[in-house]
Amino acid sequence: MTEAVNQILNGLQLGLVYALIALGYTMVYGIIRLINFAHGDVFMVGAFVAFFSTSSWHLPFVVAVPLSMVICAVLGVVIERLAYRPLRYAARIAALISAIGVSLLLEYGSSLKWVFGPNYRVVPRPFNVTQWSFRGVQVSNIQVIVLLTVIVLLAALQYMVTRTRMGKAMRAVSFDHDAARLMGINVDAIISYTFALGSALAAAGGVLYSVAYPQINPFMGIMPGLKAFTAAVLGGIGSIPGAMLGALIMGEVDVLSAAYLSSRLRDVFSFSILILVLLTKPSGLLGKSGPEKV
Amino acid sequence: MILAVKDLNVAYGNILALHGVSFDVEEGEIVTLIGANGAGKSTSLRAISGLVRARGGKIMYHSQEITRTTAHNIVRMGIGHVPEGRKIFANLTVAENLEMGAYTRRDGLEAAFERVFKSFPRLKERLKQNAGTLSGGEQQMLAMGRALMATPKLLLLDEPSMGLSPILVQEIFSIIQEINRQGMTVLLVEQNAYMALQVATRAYVLETGRIVLSGTAAELRENPQVRAAYLGRAV
Repeated sequence: MTEAVNQILNGLQLGLVYALIALGYTMVYGIIRLINFAHGDVFMVGAFVAFFSTSSWHLPFVVAVPLSMVICAVLGVVIERLAYRPLRYAARIAALISAIGVSLLLEYGSSLKWVFGPNYRVVPRPFNVTQWSFRGVQVSNIQVIVLLTVIVLLAALQYMVTRTRMGKAMRAVSFDHDAARLMGINVDAIISYTFALGSALAAAGGVLYSVAYPQINPFMGIMPGLKAFTAAVLGGIGSIPGAMLGALIMGEVDVLSAAYLSSRLRDVFSFSILILVLLTKPSGLLGKSGPEKV
Repeated sequence: MILAVKDLNVAYGNILALHGVSFDVEEGEIVTLIGANGAGKSTSLRAISGLVRARGGKIMYHSQEITRTTAHNIVRMGIGHVPEGRKIFANLTVAENLEMGAYTRRDGLEAAFERVFKSFPRLKERLKQNAGTLSGGEQQMLAMGRALMATPKLLLLDEPSMGLSPILVQEIFSIIQEINRQGMTVLLVEQNAYMALQVATRAYVLETGRIVLSGTAAELRENPQVRAAYLGRAV
């Protein structure tokens, strides 16, 4: 029983990280109807920036996280500007192919010796790991930190999307670009802002992921990226609460299927969900009729 | 002159939607563009507010050329546009829709709300409601109220009567007249030529992307061609 609780807690930790990535997929989709396949690689860049800023530049961890978020926000804006905006009015498949191109560019570009290098790197723990035990249930300070960080970020996002002028403009743009233009909203600026926001969240996810699973490499973004994408589809792509819900489910499926069914087949179980959702409810759990469509 | 459109050409792909259309609007007027479906009425409005790019010709607003100005800056210059099909933000509340209308405003938000509630008291009762749940008439009121939130100097109205019952059409048109009396210049696009010619000062008739007739509304109401083609009456 305590073992099961431990696994559920592990699943929660993974799901929270997936949520940070899934939000970027879903926000970008909501606003320009594009699956940004380079998003998982932004997550990877986030992990590397934090790694270098703590181990090479000896910055404190609490500085490394926001720094990584800012750098990835800029990266996201640049990607949109160079790879997607020129294709805004082209066939949708063109932007999708461009996204795959950006993804490959980030992965193999990062593998270059003078960028991040092709090797696996072990991330030093930014703080000592403490385990607490309550009647056999193990909780580590890493889990607590992941949970608190994600809650703070999600609350901030929720506030921005529902309360601020920019957030309301985002929702207006996601509903109809032309109608938003007629309000005096600079749609291009809102799209840039959305990429910045999504990429910053992915960066935070990358940092937390590398703290929880302390080994990073230039291809580390692929699998979490795909899982988070699946989570976004599961929750209903375009829906922010849907992405959160989908990510939590994906995290549990990932960890529990590895623990109790087969660790070698864990990805089979996760991606079977994608196929099942697409077959039975393509709009996802909270899609379309969801209250917040961004 | 608040608006002058000269030799406007607009194309969608290779299909020319407007062939050298010229018209103008004086301050304080209600000018209407009437014509059949596909005549280029909406395209004319979309070109003025920058949603589609003109291929040729000129659009002057207060003697300033806006032909290449981006849509969001045109709004800032004082042109409001209530688009065809209303395009209210169904995923936002009524209050949030109105706030979006005031997106370019830095001050005077309260006063803008009060003015809109004066013209459309029904919106005040529905503030917290999701805009998608409003009836067609209320959606039209919201779309107009939203555009008025920015206190534009020129209001472009695209088919305000679309899909509304005759009573609601009457109501909407009397509101248009009321807003005009308070000093708003209106450029109105309508398929309901009868109603449009009732409220307008002047009118232009569009046919397949060209202006074929123009004059005061009173003149066009008596014009045999207009009566036969658009007012559904025998010559």
